[in-house]
This record gives sequence, structure tokens and C-alpha cells, in this order.
Amino acid sequence: MILAGIEPRAEMVHWWFATGILVLGLLFFAEVIVGPEVWGRRPWRRYLWPGLLFLLGVLMWPVMALYTNSMIHMVAHGSWAQVLMIAGGAELGVVRGKLHSQYWRLTSAGAFLVSGTAFLVHEQNGWFFARAAFLHHALGWTLIVASIFPLVQAIKPRSLIAASGFATTFVVVAILLYCDRDSAAILGHFSRFAGVMHR
Amino acid sequence: MSANFAHRLEGTEERERVATRSLRVRLVLAIGPTTMFGGIAWALVQPWRLTLLHPAGQGFWWLFSEPPLYVVLVGALFRFVIAPGLVEDMEAAE
Repeated sequence: MILAGIEPRAEMVHWWFATGILVLGLLFFAEVIVGPEVWGRRPWRRYLWPGLLFLLGVLMWPVMALYTNSMIHMVAHGSWAQVLMIAGGAELGVVRGKLHSQYWRLTSAGAFLVSGTAFLVHEQNGWFFARAAFLHHALGWTLIVASIFPLVQAIKPRSLIAASGFATTFVVVAILLYCDRDSAAILGHFSRFAGVMHR
Repeated sequence: MSANFAHRLEGTEERERVATRSLRVRLVLAIGPTTMFGGIAWALVQPWRLTLLHPAGQGFWWLFSEPPLYVVLVGALFRFVIAPGLVEDMEAAE
């Protein structure tokens, strides 16, 4: 297929998403340090991370459409796109003043849970099959465990620990995504069915 | 309370306030350079992740995909676009 020849490799797409997620992580950290009042002093800054989250959701649709390795990949990427857009949209609504309840933060907890589950479900191989498989498992469990942070934020919006944990999760996810290679060893393990090994 | 003691106490509080403020400012200003340093360190540890260092025979996507440079760019973006306004607003708020 012509498309298969010109489309970027899956690992590259992971690195691009890692970059967007790293930006989000830094923004969250900055907001934790300066506090929501200072952060909200400039309107464009308030829209920055919900807008970027929504954009990442939108960009997940081409990933769903073009990286159709299997049905489960399509379902996983499609559900990701939806939950990221819902979480980004809800946060945009809160920032704009159209939505008022603090419980809209639960959409972020939902996004974490669905994303984590999607990571785990669409990885068919075991942890030590190859680095990509290991990272999918690690990312899945990281997101599922970290969904506690937005959950706490929905109940206690001023919780510094929850906000710091939320920010840290994004940085950790970015690092894990940057580590991804389509076929590379993980801690000395590499299945002979995983293709040609790269560094 | 004697005037001297009250004045000293007020001075201590002011110093603590300034110290706290400058710590937060320094933290915000450190986010970008720390990220950039991470990207540079990564490039030094794994130079093969930068295809620009050995571009012969690489296609467009491989030349476009330079993860350590992305990290440096994110750090620079934060330092020069986000951080200055935040520091200004922090100081204005105080």
C-alpha cells in the first residue's frame, strides 16, 4: 500500500504524543507552583492545557484511522480519542464558565481509567515480549493507578498532593512514551517473534 | 510589644515572604532549563536517537523524529514563552 510506505512508524507517533504530554506535565507543574489564582491571571493561559488535551484527543483520530493493526487497536485508539476530547472539552467548559461543578474533573479520572485500560487491552503480548509490550503494560497500570489523583481533585480541588501527582503522571507517561521502540529489548529480554531488534 | 521588637519581627516576616517568593520564582524558572538539560543528557547517552547525527540514508520521518531535540524544544518553549509571564504575574500578585 502506498499509504503504508509514507506513513510514520508507530514509535514516532508515540514520541510526538510524548512531546504533547510532556508540555501538559510542565504546565501542570507550573500551575501547582504558582497556584490557580496566578495561573488564571492571563486568560490564554487558562485555556492552554484543556485546549491541548482536547487537541491530543482530536489527533488521536488519525491514529485510529491509519494504524489499524487490528480491531482492538482501532477500538483502543477510538476510545482514547473520545475520552481525551471529553476531558478536554469539560475542562474548557469549566474554564469558560459554562460548567460550574468541580466534579467535571471526574472526566479526567475517566480519561485516565479508559486510557490505562485501552493500553492494557490492546497489548496482546506479555511484559517481556519486547520493549513496546513492556511499556504498554507499564503505561496502562500507571494510568489506572494515577486515576486516583483527578478523582481526589474532583472531591478536594485544592489538594496539593493530588495536583502534584496529576502533574507527575503526565511527565512519567511522557518518559515511558519516549522510551518506546517498535522492536527493542527490555531488560535483556526480546522475543524471537518480535522482529529485528533495534537499540 | 516594644517598637524595636515589632520592627525586627516585621523584617523577619518580610524576609521569609521574599525568600518564599523567590523560591517559587526560581522553581518556575528552573522547569525549562531542567527539561532542556534532560534532553541534552539523553542525546549524549543515546546519540543514536538523533538521526541528524548520521543522516545518510534516512527518510523524511526519521529525520523529522528527533526525540531528545523535542525535549530540549519543550524546555525552551516553557522557559521563553510560559515562564516570563508567570514570574511577572507572581510578582504582581505579591
